[in-house]
Amino acid sequence: MIYLDHNATTPLDPLAFEAMVPFLRERWGNPSSPYRFGAQARLAVEQARQRIADLSGCTRGEVVFCSGGTEADNLALRGVVLALKTKGNHVVTTSIEHHAVLNTCRALEKEGCRVTYLPVSEEGVVEMAALAGSLCDETILVTVMHANNETGVVQPVEEIAAITRRRGIVFHTDAVQSAGKLPRRIAELGADLVTFSGHKLYGPKGAAALYVRENTPLAAITTGGPHERGLRAGTENVAAIVGFAAAAALAFENAETEGRRLRALRDRLELQVSSAVPGVKINGEGAPRVPNTSSLSFRDIDGESIVLGLDVEGICASTGSACSTGDPEPSHVLRAMGLSPREAQGSIRLSLGRETCQEDVDTTVRTLTSTVARLRRISSVRGPA
Amino acid sequence: MADEGDTNRESGGSRGPLLFYNEVVIDHFVNPRNVGELSEGDTDGYGMVGDPTCGDQMKLWIAVHGGRIAKIAFQSFGCPGAIATSSMLTALAEGRTIDEARRLTDDDVVEALGGIPEKKRHCSQLGVRALQAAIEDWERRREHP
Repeated sequence: MIYLDHNATTPLDPLAFEAMVPFLRERWGNPSSPYRFGAQARLAVEQARQRIADLSGCTRGEVVFCSGGTEADNLALRGVVLALKTKGNHVVTTSIEHHAVLNTCRALEKEGCRVTYLPVSEEGVVEMAALAGSLCDETILVTVMHANNETGVVQPVEEIAAITRRRGIVFHTDAVQSAGKLPRRIAELGADLVTFSGHKLYGPKGAAALYVRENTPLAAITTGGPHERGLRAGTENVAAIVGFAAAAALAFENAETEGRRLRALRDRLELQVSSAVPGVKINGEGAPRVPNTSSLSFRDIDGESIVLGLDVEGICASTGSACSTGDPEPSHVLRAMGLSPREAQGSIRLSLGRETCQEDVDTTVRTLTSTVARLRRISSVRGPA
Repeated sequence: MADEGDTNRESGGSRGPLLFYNEVVIDHFVNPRNVGELSEGDTDGYGMVGDPTCGDQMKLWIAVHGGRIAKIAFQSFGCPGAIATSSMLTALAEGRTIDEARRLTDDDVVEALGGIPEKKRHCSQLGVRALQAAIEDWERRREHP
């Protein structure tokens, strides 16, 4: 099997797995229990928090553990809206966010918020002039993702942070697809709130973090015990948190060298595909991108058919469109970048990772080339639409 | 996230269940029957249908000899469900009388494939509609040669 869907999830690093085992086997106590057996678990969670804080360039108190990126995004968006409901009700986001943010924004609209969805350029970068122009006295939150999950395009979050800081507006960024892929410390992105997740950086599923800069207005959105400084009630997922910290340490420490390796492989893949296959477009090619991601649109054919064609040959890829899950709407990200519905429908995403080698890339290019040619022979459409 | 694939693949194996399609569907996707187009001279009926909501499109040609579908060919722009159901439809229609072909339904296609995912059922209508359109075209050509 050649796995090229690391933006969906990554394999668990063996060292992270080893770090988790004691907390699944012997030290299964509740971190909140009032005896030494519980304190062992508490110590492990707090050591993991310290480790994440050191990697992020922040203090331990600024790290809130959550169950996943989606929960962290919900806490950030809903928590700020709740904390600042007397100040305003306007939220600014982009048209290319992950559904964790996008659908939370849509839900907030039903709950009385006004939400601005900013356009992006053809390269998939948010329009800064539109962002600056969208802010008003009622704006309480700006949420713009760091790297896009479909295209890998990196948004200018530092520039956005400079604007929101001046205006006294809270800024959240979903950095799930950049954390551990770019040699950047979380706190240095400049945002007040940053989401990042374990299973995208070779940690386990079930643990993520929300970085909360000191003094950022944020209210809890769940009720329960006083866990995570009262921001996230519920018994900590000790083993997953320990694994997350171990994996994050490896990912952040190796981000630069691994990034260089992946960029070379990704560029090799794109160069080979563009020379072997006519009618292919590399989405976001001209923009800064995380080094592992390639979004490709093939003329005249359907992305889900390409993905199944690759799957039959043992290659795991995903569509750029949500049609794979039966949703007939093509990718909102690629549509926002100006692709026609048919172009967006013909898109796939390849995301490389730690086990990807040059041979995998070359095999994938060969298989992709023959799959595309076969599907085009079947296709009833020819040329741009 | 377009991240969560609906794969139910057995771990590590490349020959386990593929996506949510069964083996018959996969076979018709990988080796579709009757792909291509009939020449102008061969064509007795032609139909083209599209599903604008999904962007899928299908073209279908028939040659009718002695009231039977002697030759049939199709081209399809679409998802695996669209390709496999179109392929199966042509396999079912080939050799049938026009009356028999007219009675083919999307249920017949889905049944012959051993089922397709509920979310892909609309794909099977594409082929049936293209065949109906080709038969109507054949009738028009007979009335106005």
